[in-house]
Amino acid sequence: MGQPNGRAAGKSRGGAVNRDRENMNAQEQTDWYEARFGRWESGMNGESKTPLHSLRKAAIGSFARTGFPSTREEEWRFTNVAPIARVPFVPAVSAEIPRLERRDVERFLFAGLTSHHLVFVNGRFLPEYSSLGELPDGVRIESLESALRRDQGEVLRHLARYAPPDQGAFPALNAAFIQDGAYLYLPDGAQIEEAVHLLFIAAGDADPLLLTPRNLIITGAGCRLSIVETYHAVRSSSYLTNVVSELLVGEGTVIEHDKVQAEHPHAYHVGTTQIVQHKASTVVSNSIAVGGSIVRNTVATLLAEEGSHCTLNGLSVATGNQLIDNHTTIDHATSNCTSFEMYKSILDGASRGVFNGKIFVRKDAQKTDAKQTNKTLLLSDDATIDTKPQLEIFADDVKCTHGATVGQLDDEQVFYLRSRGIDEVDARDLLTFAFAGDVVSKVHVEPLRDRLDVLLHERLRQGRVTGIE
Amino acid sequence: MLSITNLHAGISGKEILKGISLSIRAGEVHAIMGPNGSGKSTLASVLAGRETFEVSEGTVLYQGTNLLDLSPEERAREGLFLAFQYPVEIPGVSNMYFLKTALNAIRKHRGEEELDAVEFLALVKKKSKLVEMDQSLLNRPVNEGFSGGEKKRNEIFQMAVLDPKLALLDETDSGLDIDALRIVAEGVNKLRGKENAIVLVTHYQRLLNYIVPDFVHVLQEGRIVKSGGKELALLLEERGYDWIKEETESVGSA
Repeated sequence: MGQPNGRAAGKSRGGAVNRDRENMNAQEQTDWYEARFGRWESGMNGESKTPLHSLRKAAIGSFARTGFPSTREEEWRFTNVAPIARVPFVPAVSAEIPRLERRDVERFLFAGLTSHHLVFVNGRFLPEYSSLGELPDGVRIESLESALRRDQGEVLRHLARYAPPDQGAFPALNAAFIQDGAYLYLPDGAQIEEAVHLLFIAAGDADPLLLTPRNLIITGAGCRLSIVETYHAVRSSSYLTNVVSELLVGEGTVIEHDKVQAEHPHAYHVGTTQIVQHKASTVVSNSIAVGGSIVRNTVATLLAEEGSHCTLNGLSVATGNQLIDNHTTIDHATSNCTSFEMYKSILDGASRGVFNGKIFVRKDAQKTDAKQTNKTLLLSDDATIDTKPQLEIFADDVKCTHGATVGQLDDEQVFYLRSRGIDEVDARDLLTFAFAGDVVSKVHVEPLRDRLDVLLHERLRQGRVTGIE
Repeated sequence: MLSITNLHAGISGKEILKGISLSIRAGEVHAIMGPNGSGKSTLASVLAGRETFEVSEGTVLYQGTNLLDLSPEERAREGLFLAFQYPVEIPGVSNMYFLKTALNAIRKHRGEEELDAVEFLALVKKKSKLVEMDQSLLNRPVNEGFSGGEKKRNEIFQMAVLDPKLALLDETDSGLDIDALRIVAEGVNKLRGKENAIVLVTHYQRLLNYIVPDFVHVLQEGRIVKSGGKELALLLEERGYDWIKEETESVGSA
């Protein structure tokens, strides 16, 4: 927890430094976060001696060495994070948690998901608005902070093992400021009927904040689990969410992971979801991105053992000057695994989309069956997409296909609908909605699917994408 | 109901219809026959309002108004229906949702109350029986993964639900086996009435064994070269199209 001293210092200096530090150069950028880290550390009471803190120290070191990526790096060629790097974000780890009214939270909850929801404000767990529900024996659904307090050893057996800090600047920056997030542990055979909702709200309008929630989901064999991660803002526009979620999927376990990114349109969001799948497991990941100014979303799965399947679906809806970048990796490390991937974008205004889909088929991954599709609907002349399928195949007995389409609505389809009496504008909206519906229909969590239907109907109107509040 | 006078139309500067005149009254069934490339489907497309075709000359009056001034959706709301030769697949839009949206747009235009879900379902149930439409197809996305026959049947099913005044059936018989042809034809026959008219565009006489037309017109090179009763179709079946061509040419040179 943040110490009173650290908090006070953070506040007074944050404001002053803000103005001086606009347009920090690369050295100033890493110095800034190292200094913030040092201040946080100096306010710790004994925690700085823990193994967890060693992990953080290694992570800030890793970040200091690399700094923020530039467009000279292949992985970041289409996404310039300079606007993010320039801002001296104050890590929220030692900032006060703003008070939220009940209605500020409730409007982001689902009436149909009442059993297990964990609410985080600026990355910090808010017990009074959360519900942990009744759980089967041995199952833990709690905040990461509380899990670390209870049994740091148990958590550290997994934490940052699957998405290590040296994966890149953003995972490193997240790991440096690991403090809270969601922790789910399911022993063998545990089945959670109702989806677990992890709600992340950004709030407060003082300093630009760096939010670093960290989620860890560990499942044994034969489990069933659905997780819904949603991201929203209340009275806040200037912040960076830099989240990392790690999922370990046990043998024969079935997981659905749905993520809805509806951040403030001026905010930044960088997310990493790293999945590791054991034998004969199944993962369905649905990633829906509608908010944010610059967004980089990474979903990566390692098919580590035989007979596993993953489905990665994505939908981006953008307008104005939004940039939504989806990077995915499916690593077929072993034989007899299947993967299905479909990422779609609907881009209007001067928005930009990026899709980079890597599929690795390792030497031993015979009988791999992988299918990747990327489809983009451009609703304006100024919207652009950079799409890059990247298949690296080292096995010979495999089936891998990929395809990308970019275009406008199909005139034949529009005419067909109009010939039945439907207005041209309505016909276009219906088709645009159908384009998106292809992804939304893959969400099995019904309350979420219903919410997405409403959200998309609001955003896709009159042949345009409308901005979110 | 429909009066076409000296209609010229084409696509990207190439004239396909070269002066069509045709008059259709309520209660009539007309068959338009002709060899491939004669302009049959172009005529159907122009009447339905497909914007890729340009009309260079002529008039089309439909119930006293200039049809060519109306958008495709306005034509549909005024009771015109085109059964497509190649029905379009629309992934992500369920047949039911599509049809309900269409029907309610038409009803609204007519000043009728929109149907609620229960009323709509009852109507759909009744009409799907008429064309022996498989219930499981109703909730599937429009035409997606349908067989050729299922697509054509879906066209007639839509026609049954939307209850048009003037139906244009563009080669609805092509690609159908004999059973599907019979079912589609029976569906059309049940929709025949004093108040509405049907135009069958077809290459073969086969369909006309099941849907007996009042008039048959032969379209060749963008013109109606011969009109007659149902017996003309039998003559065409027997002798092909060439004799008409020869006849018109010899008449022309005489």
